[in-house]
Amino acid sequence: MAIIEAKGLTRTFKSRKRTVQAVRGVDLTVDDGEIVGFLGPNGAGKTTTLRMLTTLLRPTSGTAVVAGADLLRDPLAVRKRIGYVPQAIGQTQGGTSDMCLVIEELLDQAEAYRIDGAEAVRRAAQLVKQLDLTGLDQRLVKTLSGGQRRRLEIALGLVHQPPLVFLDEPTTGLDPQSRSNMWEHIRALRADLGTTVFLTTHYLDEADALCDRVFIVDHGVIAATGTPDELKRQVSGDVVTLRVNGATEAARALLAMQPIVRELSVADEELRLTVERGEEALPVLLRVLDGAGITMSAISLSRPTLDDVFLTLTGRSLRDDSPGGGDAVGAAAELAGAGAGTGSKE
Amino acid sequence: MSFIHDTWFIFRRQVRLVLRNPAFLTIGLLQPILYLVLFGPLLANLPAGSLSGGTGTGGTADAYRFFVPGLLIQLALFGSTFVGFAIISDWRSGVIERYRVTPVSRVAILAGRVLRDVAMLIIQSIVLIVAGLAFGLRAPLPAVLMGFVYIVLVAIGLASVSYAVALTLKSEDAFAPLINSIIVPLVLLSGIMLPLNLGPGWLQGIARISPFRYIIDAMREAYAGHYFNTIVVEGLAVAVGLAAVLMWLGSRVFVRENA
Repeated sequence: MAIIEAKGLTRTFKSRKRTVQAVRGVDLTVDDGEIVGFLGPNGAGKTTTLRMLTTLLRPTSGTAVVAGADLLRDPLAVRKRIGYVPQAIGQTQGGTSDMCLVIEELLDQAEAYRIDGAEAVRRAAQLVKQLDLTGLDQRLVKTLSGGQRRRLEIALGLVHQPPLVFLDEPTTGLDPQSRSNMWEHIRALRADLGTTVFLTTHYLDEADALCDRVFIVDHGVIAATGTPDELKRQVSGDVVTLRVNGATEAARALLAMQPIVRELSVADEELRLTVERGEEALPVLLRVLDGAGITMSAISLSRPTLDDVFLTLTGRSLRDDSPGGGDAVGAAAELAGAGAGTGSKE
Repeated sequence: MSFIHDTWFIFRRQVRLVLRNPAFLTIGLLQPILYLVLFGPLLANLPAGSLSGGTGTGGTADAYRFFVPGLLIQLALFGSTFVGFAIISDWRSGVIERYRVTPVSRVAILAGRVLRDVAMLIIQSIVLIVAGLAFGLRAPLPAVLMGFVYIVLVAIGLASVSYAVALTLKSEDAFAPLINSIIVPLVLLSGIMLPLNLGPGWLQGIARISPFRYIIDAMREAYAGHYFNTIVVEGLAVAVGLAAVLMWLGSRVFVRENA
């Protein structure tokens, strides 16, 4: 069953000088219990889309049903049923107040959802345990480490046990260890509570490691959707590189005849093969060469990354923040910045 | 009613945060107390009648009946217009956004804060009045209570609009000069320090645009023991009207979908 169903969402920011279309028409469906990722460079429209789906920003056009309620007609019902953890890096932080105690933030959040007294205390205690905040409940928020604070912010989004939670860049700014720890917590959310998780990220490895499905967003539209594996397969297939002892030419002739090999090239005594499914191709290749009495000295398999997918779809690299390829990214980020600025003046 | 529940909820959170750092309560009081101590005695030596347009008896009691209402309004004016600063850091920390995604009424996010500011102002005003009594203020109790109605109305309106402006600008650097350039002329044109009727005609004419001028005049009338006359009613009407308009403006900013 779909927990998010959005059709034709757009958002235009107007300022005196120009009009910026931050989101140009997003259609998406998210099923109950999925972990989905919105992947794209800064300024692609990820956060704007997320803010529309969480009732923070009114769409210029389009409709959506979020957690069973109509986004435009009944935003209050949407708010009751979703959890939202804002982005922690950038203009605004993740939603916790320096001068509050950890336990106060948790109990206040419970009260905001009309969860009272004993039940609020019970849920706070449970979340403290669940998100590794044990022993920190009486600490001021400002004394927490970056990872602890981020876990508290996630906990706040879960106090009312929403069926759907939105995480805006959940691990941006965290050190590698805290990041993989956060991934464990996000996986546990779905495994233990069946929570649907909608997250945005500009980390490829995060989308790859965490998400059942990825929406690749660029210039305000969804450029591609699929499981990380499906998306990678769209690109070019896997690449097998191997080196044989002596008989390179014989090996080449033999492998070229195999139906699973799509492309084959030789460089520096090294054979480079493009195959559909690397993990299935390897045993076949080994058997063929072995049968012909050719011995190998090295073999490796490399799979395309989501970065390759992004490169294929948009002609530029996700990681490319430098000038050149970054031109378009820079312009998009600048436009989003202008959008945020004008949004505040309306 | 959920709005009242939510306002009370936000109020308690805000009070807890103020009590964690009560220094700000004292800092706000410092300025009016200094005026009371260092400027008030000058007024006590003016000739009789010069503060009240000819009717007063002069002397210390008369001077403080004139000066304390002015200082109370000044406290409300400065205290309430600068509350917006705090919401900029709340916005920056993401707290405002966090509450906007909960079922908490968006107007309550404003109203709870304004209620906290009014409560703080009442406490500060009581301290100021007690200090005034020590210096020689003599005023009837009903007058003092009526005075609270005026300053609470002023504070509600100004705090609402201060939060709204701050949340729209989202920058302390833009907020401070804007507030200063609006509030300083209004204060000068309200006759807080000295009666405006000491001034030339053109100044008295311009002063008619400051709504606070009517409110202060009404408070001074009350402190002088006149509870029902045109000045008092006029002041009350201006205070209620101002509070209503500013609250409406403020809540519009908090309710809109795309703050």
